[in-house]
Amino acid sequence: MPTSSAFNAVLSRDLKLSFRRWSELANPLIFFVIVAALFPLALAPDDSSQLTSIGIGVVWVSALLSSLLGLDALFRNDAEDGSLEQLLLSPAPLGIVVIAKIAAHWLVASVPLIVLAPAVGLAFDLPIAAQPTLFAALLLATPTLSVLTALGAALTLGVRSAGSIIGLLVLPLATPLLIFGARATDLAAHGEATAGPLYLLAALAVLAVSVGPVAVAAALRVGVE
Amino acid sequence: MTAGTHEAAGADDGRWLRVRDLEIWRGEHCLFEGLDFELAPGQLALLVGPNGAGKTTLLRTVAGLTPPSSGEVSWTSRPVRSLEPEKRTDIAYRGHLDGLKRELTVRENVEFHAALSGITVDTDALLAELGIAHRRDVRVRHLSAGQRRRTALATLRVGGAKLWILDEPMTHLDAAGHTLVAGWIREHVAQGGLAIVATHRPDELASRGTLMIEL
Repeated sequence: MPTSSAFNAVLSRDLKLSFRRWSELANPLIFFVIVAALFPLALAPDDSSQLTSIGIGVVWVSALLSSLLGLDALFRNDAEDGSLEQLLLSPAPLGIVVIAKIAAHWLVASVPLIVLAPAVGLAFDLPIAAQPTLFAALLLATPTLSVLTALGAALTLGVRSAGSIIGLLVLPLATPLLIFGARATDLAAHGEATAGPLYLLAALAVLAVSVGPVAVAAALRVGVE
Repeated sequence: MTAGTHEAAGADDGRWLRVRDLEIWRGEHCLFEGLDFELAPGQLALLVGPNGAGKTTLLRTVAGLTPPSSGEVSWTSRPVRSLEPEKRTDIAYRGHLDGLKRELTVRENVEFHAALSGITVDTDALLAELGIAHRRDVRVRHLSAGQRRRTALATLRVGGAKLWILDEPMTHLDAAGHTLVAGWIREHVAQGGLAIVATHRPDELASRGTLMIEL
């Protein structure tokens, strides 16, 4: 009983907080669109086939980079106002609290990105047939990414300006997501079977969601010492 | 003794909180070593010492947030850092940080706190007692420091914790606030609760039977 009520309490609190700080929510999305929109400007204007060929990679790389923005704040806000101490001392299992926080962050940060990405893909002339795969691949890749970045945020809790360190820590670990996600989208664009990379993304998501919160919880305990 | 006292009685011959041979280092600097004390239900401990003596570190160690360099802290014979969830609710810690979310209202903060501990609260009655009922739907960032402190301490009253660990609870409070909080601590102890309070004004709280810990 306390487990599910603690999960609900943390999830609804974090969602409420996110909606009261709109700008923090919107920044990564705007960044995503702007980065993707810069590529066409930097390429040769007479050859639009170039755009199509790099489109998939651009969408994935910008999605990855934008989801690193603001992740620093995931636990830092709670650490600075003392709520993290209270979360650690509460009878609720810390792993559950961590899952709730990651879930809240995924809902407000990744879901809009997943919805927006196909539109950006269209701008790069990504075939309509590849859109469902792009959507599915992002849906499977973003939970893993959220767990990884939460781990980075928890590990760097004691570091003063952790923004770039989280990137250095998380980006290498996130490369499988980039490889499989872009590969699945690419296969779909050429009308081939995409099950392989999508299954691998799903397997990574299961691994991250089941093992990740335990690691994040351990990192947080060390972080508040 | 209250009903709650009997639950865990016998666990540790009446001394619920035991601190044994505690030693804490901060970097290269030893804050204290060989610290021993025990608290029984109905007992108040006051922690005094100059700034930087390690009062906050000691309180965080007793709460189980910081591991000691050596020695042990136990609550009803169990190490405080590996308590079962139901025992965890016995201990409440309120430090310098108020643990309130700036963007949530007073009421939302109090209710979140209660939900996290799995209890339900009559928020209105509680806030009325605190004298901040008229501010209950105001976001915490618009409150004064003293009102924040009152909100942070409010949840102590409803959590049902047996051991209160308070780090300078009177900071930012006005005269009425001092009286209110001192009254709560006395009442809590009179009802068989335990409290450790770090303070620079021990005379406000001390009475017969109070354990003084000087760092």
